[in-house]
Amino acid sequence: MDRRKLVAELLEKRGGLLVITGIGSATYDVAACGDDARNFYIWSGLGCTPSVGLGLALARPDRRVAVITGDGDVLMALGSLATIGIKQPKNLSIVCLDNGHYSATGMQPSATSAGVDLAAAAAACQLRVEWADDLSRAAELRALLHSGEGPLFIHARVDADDQKRIIPSRDGPAIKQRFMQALWRRG
Amino acid sequence: MLSSEAEGPGLVLGAALGGERAALLMQSSGVGNCVNTFSILRNCAVPCVLLVTMRGEHADFNSWQVPMGTITESVLNLCGFQIYRIDGEAEVEPTVEAACRMAFTGGNFQVAILLSQRMVDRNKKGH
Repeated sequence: MDRRKLVAELLEKRGGLLVITGIGSATYDVAACGDDARNFYIWSGLGCTPSVGLGLALARPDRRVAVITGDGDVLMALGSLATIGIKQPKNLSIVCLDNGHYSATGMQPSATSAGVDLAAAAAACQLRVEWADDLSRAAELRALLHSGEGPLFIHARVDADDQKRIIPSRDGPAIKQRFMQALWRRG
Repeated sequence: MLSSEAEGPGLVLGAALGGERAALLMQSSGVGNCVNTFSILRNCAVPCVLLVTMRGEHADFNSWQVPMGTITESVLNLCGFQIYRIDGEAEVEPTVEAACRMAFTGGNFQVAILLSQRMVDRNKKGH
């Protein structure tokens, strides 16, 4: 499955959906849909993205939060799946774009290429797991991002290709302020 | 309660994006687990107060705590933290207040408070 097509479908008519993106390809995928004040891009600290989503989801239980990231980030964050599992934030979804490789550093295979099952790990940590093996379920999954009871873990098998890098702002304080102002305006 | 201290900076950033302030509590060994994820706090100018209970510095029964305990303050310095150290209980309240003031009144600093192992003698005898 083409990761860009899936992300574009998931972010269609996104309304108030807040999106945290993992460092690397997931950030480029979300930026390819158009820069947006409701996006927060992570540019360092591989493995921290699910925790950022959890912090935001707990601080703003009135809003829907989607973490869009890759298998490398989730592999480094297995412990945070347990933390999310015990907190059970109903408004948090993690979309794991699993290409089985570290595309930012030269396409070295990740553990998921050798059979490690992140969806099973998420289920064991008491997240609700959904699968996206092709684009046919995209609309259904998009609806879950907006109204499904979380914590959700959407495991998407995507092609291991290195797509054009669409690079949004790397100015941390600026994207933080912009994101917070977008939240204040909408209440 | 987190699975690893490394998750802490992520949670603090997420909370800040949602308009909340946050503090992290960890043992000095946990500081080593956070070196990379602390970077997101500096990169995004996110204020944070860190309370660190020290190990490996005073009558610790476990000598394996010494290598990380003795570099904790330097590591926090390198990670950009302002650092306070507390050796006695009477200093706790004013120091925590000063740290919160430094972190949360506009400077967006990351501030660590090191709680001396002298204040906690539980580890003299082992667990």
